[in-house]
Amino acid sequence: MKINFKRFFPQRHVSAGTLRNSFDRRSLVVGSIQGGIGVLLAARLGYLSIAQNAKYELQAESNRVNLSLIPPRRGWIMDRNGTPLASNRADFRVDLIPERVQDIPHTIQTLGKLLSLTPIAMQDLEDKLERARRFAPVEVASGLDWDTFAAVSVRLPDLPGVVTQRGFSRFYPLGPSVGHLIGYVGPASAEEYEKDRDPVLITPGYKVGKDALEKFYEKDLRGKPGARRVEVTASGRIVRDLDTREDVPGKTLKLTIDAGIQEYASRRIGPESAAVVVMDCQTGDILAMCSMPSFDPNSFSDGIGRLEWKMLSDDDHVPLRNKVLRGLYPPGSTVKPMVALSFMEAGLDPNESVFCGGGLRVGNRVFHCWNRRGHGSVNMAKGIYQSCDVYFYHFAQRIGMDPIAAMASRLGLGHDFPLPVSGQSYGTVPNPAWKLKKYGKEWQTFDTVNATIGQGYFLVNPLQQAIQASRIASGRVIMPRLVHGHEQKVAPSLGISAEHLAYVRQAMSDVANGPGSAPHSRLPFPDIKLAGKTGTAQVVGLNVGSGKGGLWKHRDHGHFICFAPFDNPRYACSVVVEHGGGSGAAYPIARDVLTYVFDKQKGMDILTELEQKWGGTPKERLEARYRTYSAQYGVGAPAVSPEEENRKIQGAEGAQDPAQPIVREAASPAPEPDAAERQPSATQTTSPAPTPAVTAPNTGGNPQ
Amino acid sequence: MMGRSIVPEAIARQPWHMLVPLTGLVSLGAAVLYSAAGGSLQPYALSHVVRFFIFLVMAIVISRISRDFFRMAAYPVYGAIVVLLVLVEAIGAVGGGSQRWLNLGFMTLQPSELMKPAIVLVLARFYETLPHAMTASWRGLVPAGVLIGIPALFVMIQPDLGTALAICFGGVVTMFLAGLPLSWFIGAGLTAAIAAPIAFFTLLHDYQRNRVLVFLDPESDPLGTGYHITQSKIAIGSGGFLGKGFGNGSQSHLQYLPESHTDFVFATMAEEWGMLGGLFVLCVFAIVLSWGLRVARKAPDRFSSLLAAGMAATVFFYVAINLMMVMGLAPVVGIPLPFMSHGGTSMLTNMICLGTLMAVNRWNRRPGSLA
Repeated sequence: MKINFKRFFPQRHVSAGTLRNSFDRRSLVVGSIQGGIGVLLAARLGYLSIAQNAKYELQAESNRVNLSLIPPRRGWIMDRNGTPLASNRADFRVDLIPERVQDIPHTIQTLGKLLSLTPIAMQDLEDKLERARRFAPVEVASGLDWDTFAAVSVRLPDLPGVVTQRGFSRFYPLGPSVGHLIGYVGPASAEEYEKDRDPVLITPGYKVGKDALEKFYEKDLRGKPGARRVEVTASGRIVRDLDTREDVPGKTLKLTIDAGIQEYASRRIGPESAAVVVMDCQTGDILAMCSMPSFDPNSFSDGIGRLEWKMLSDDDHVPLRNKVLRGLYPPGSTVKPMVALSFMEAGLDPNESVFCGGGLRVGNRVFHCWNRRGHGSVNMAKGIYQSCDVYFYHFAQRIGMDPIAAMASRLGLGHDFPLPVSGQSYGTVPNPAWKLKKYGKEWQTFDTVNATIGQGYFLVNPLQQAIQASRIASGRVIMPRLVHGHEQKVAPSLGISAEHLAYVRQAMSDVANGPGSAPHSRLPFPDIKLAGKTGTAQVVGLNVGSGKGGLWKHRDHGHFICFAPFDNPRYACSVVVEHGGGSGAAYPIARDVLTYVFDKQKGMDILTELEQKWGGTPKERLEARYRTYSAQYGVGAPAVSPEEENRKIQGAEGAQDPAQPIVREAASPAPEPDAAERQPSATQTTSPAPTPAVTAPNTGGNPQ
Repeated sequence: MMGRSIVPEAIARQPWHMLVPLTGLVSLGAAVLYSAAGGSLQPYALSHVVRFFIFLVMAIVISRISRDFFRMAAYPVYGAIVVLLVLVEAIGAVGGGSQRWLNLGFMTLQPSELMKPAIVLVLARFYETLPHAMTASWRGLVPAGVLIGIPALFVMIQPDLGTALAICFGGVVTMFLAGLPLSWFIGAGLTAAIAAPIAFFTLLHDYQRNRVLVFLDPESDPLGTGYHITQSKIAIGSGGFLGKGFGNGSQSHLQYLPESHTDFVFATMAEEWGMLGGLFVLCVFAIVLSWGLRVARKAPDRFSSLLAAGMAATVFFYVAINLMMVMGLAPVVGIPLPFMSHGGTSMLTNMICLGTLMAVNRWNRRPGSLA
């Protein structure tokens, strides 16, 4: 089949003339189209620069101007004399905002080299980055010198997501001494930002209070962020400052704490695991509140590294627990002045005596006095200053538990107090109703007997013991205060007879200055006398350990409560030494702290000598320990999960912690049943009269 | 006419009513480049002006070339540039990457750029020699299609879509003006309209498709491909009617505007000089291009008129695509704005086009003398 191609290309008459005509027409068309596009472009130009001008002007402005928040300077925390306990130090810092970083491993490597970070610091940084929310800044380093800071700053264009800043960082001049009292600061966690949508929380370099006062007064201490408008390039380099609104620093918080006493007491504790509270027993001002060992809040502000974490959690002295508020201990014999007051109020003549032969049969058991040879004839004063257990065993059975529990409550035991702290464990003042409710069991005579020597169900914290001492010293309802500047109001009277109080105070004075159990607790001043009461609380049954030696965690707790001067009480103090092996570990601390209160130089002389033996101040010892750990473990420490960390720091569930088992069996903790069986002579148990019991091998509460 | 003025004839006969506004445009371009460099003649403004005058001299030299020489040189020049394109491709393949230029020492030369005027030249020559009667036959279509197709293909695989389109545009306009049947163009247009969506969904790579989508909605990807368009519109829009003032353009100075001295030089200008500056630019281009078209219409013969109109269309393509791109009317393709963008090759190409137009202009004045 022949295809006629000519059909597809129909022949027209084409000549030079028609082509010229066609060119003329078509060039006109092309010209018109070009003109049309020109008009279109002009119209578009007009639309963009006239009609949309306002919109694009705004966008250009928001490109050009970068508004950055200036983290407010955190309010200072000062002691009663204006000495800073927490201040701000100007510093140079480097942060990383993960979501803006393009190549995280490369950036970390570069920063590591520039800042000469140790492998441990690098590991911690990686941990932090892993945990951080993408938008939340992560601190790389702070407290840098100018050269290092400048070295990072000039490389910023190559390191997107890295922020360098001149700012302020929190500084705690007393370091570990105020760790538990003041707490520490750190970058806001995701939960904190969730709760409080304040944009300052995710400003690089901003820290929120994480514990104790820093956390409690977060809102007051925070202040108002300033703002800085700067002109920035597309890559984020700052070209110039446009204007700046200064930040409003947070409010200053003035405490009742005396920095000197706080530091002295913390240092005086030395290597022990202990708590010390010093109070003004007229006003209730807390002058010192220490729990040692502690952590250095300065090194916590960039988060807790693996190694720090390992170091703190390996320590059986539980440095993360504030023992003042969350440590619960059987008070031991320190309750005896309180019990004596309840006896007198119940009508007992303090001169009524009982014969102590070293023990007393109650029911079918013999309860021993700490002094197995017995104290002979004991009246109330001697019961206190010699800490005779039999005296209290005997009369407690006559008076009953309820008046004792009521007095304990009036003196502050078993209560928590309106203090700006993040948690108080208030312990237990046992009474029959409480036992029935809690255990469904009837109150037994031996429960009363146990309670009168501060054992059994009795649990108190060191703060309560200090308050108890203050109330005995002043005879008034002293309430503890931590924040300075409330109106001075004379506390109401406790309603306890002045005569009774004077009697007990005299007996407490005799503990130190008379024929008492702690003659070495006497203050080294002829005119200032200390009145106190020792206490030794058992931790484990005597079948496990003697309480004096052996495993550290089986040793007895040592207690001491005191006030001074005896004749015109001004200061009250309580000391608890966990597993100190008895009150002998506690009263020297109280004595030296009060020595310092009255004569700083004398106190420091004693401390300097002691610290030479211990290997330096707590800060120095903490640093030495960190060095040992970093040499030993390096980057090998296991990672810490944030939940675990949080739980450990915030929680510290006080007495429930397995590291501090407390005997709370219904049975008497001290005397062993077999001891009673070996004492067939001690049979007249029904008699409330003193029992001339013979020496038994095992003793109960054993104050010295 | 001669001796009537003290101005030498060689100078007086230049098309000053086009050259003066053009010099004004180049000066504005230099001012914008001066500002874009942060208030400095280096590295853009000075070389921009120097290049303009060097290439203006070149254009005047071109304008002195006789019509016969143009005719004679058409195929050899075309062939030589095709060889260069192959060479660049070969060097690129050896060097292990795509390369578009040859280093000439004082400047880098992109053969694909030179192809833009060359395609017009060779097609003008082709249609001149084609017997008039064959214009509407396949012999008027197929050889021209091959002449366009070969360089377009080489440029496309470089890959440089923008330049390939420019070559095709120059060629097709020349064919259109050469008098090929209108129905072919309409048919081709319809075919393209149907094929384009199909190609969009089947042939294009994901990233290419993405580019088109972003062009349609630049705000959907403000930090990626849409960034250029968005920032360019902000620069133009924030300028307002009078602009922010010389040296005060924040978009370009703070580097929000990408390629502020090359492809997006119009946005840089509009930010500082406002809509007024933009209208000035449009006016100068209108003057230059309408002059070019007038020269083409006045041309005495088929070769000259096709050559002149094709050259004007090539310059127009640059201007239109670039301005549409910076104002958000076309996707981002790397095409500079003639006489304003900093860049040697683009200036060279445009001045060759201009020189050719000036040559045709000269031939118009003395009809027959050099024919």
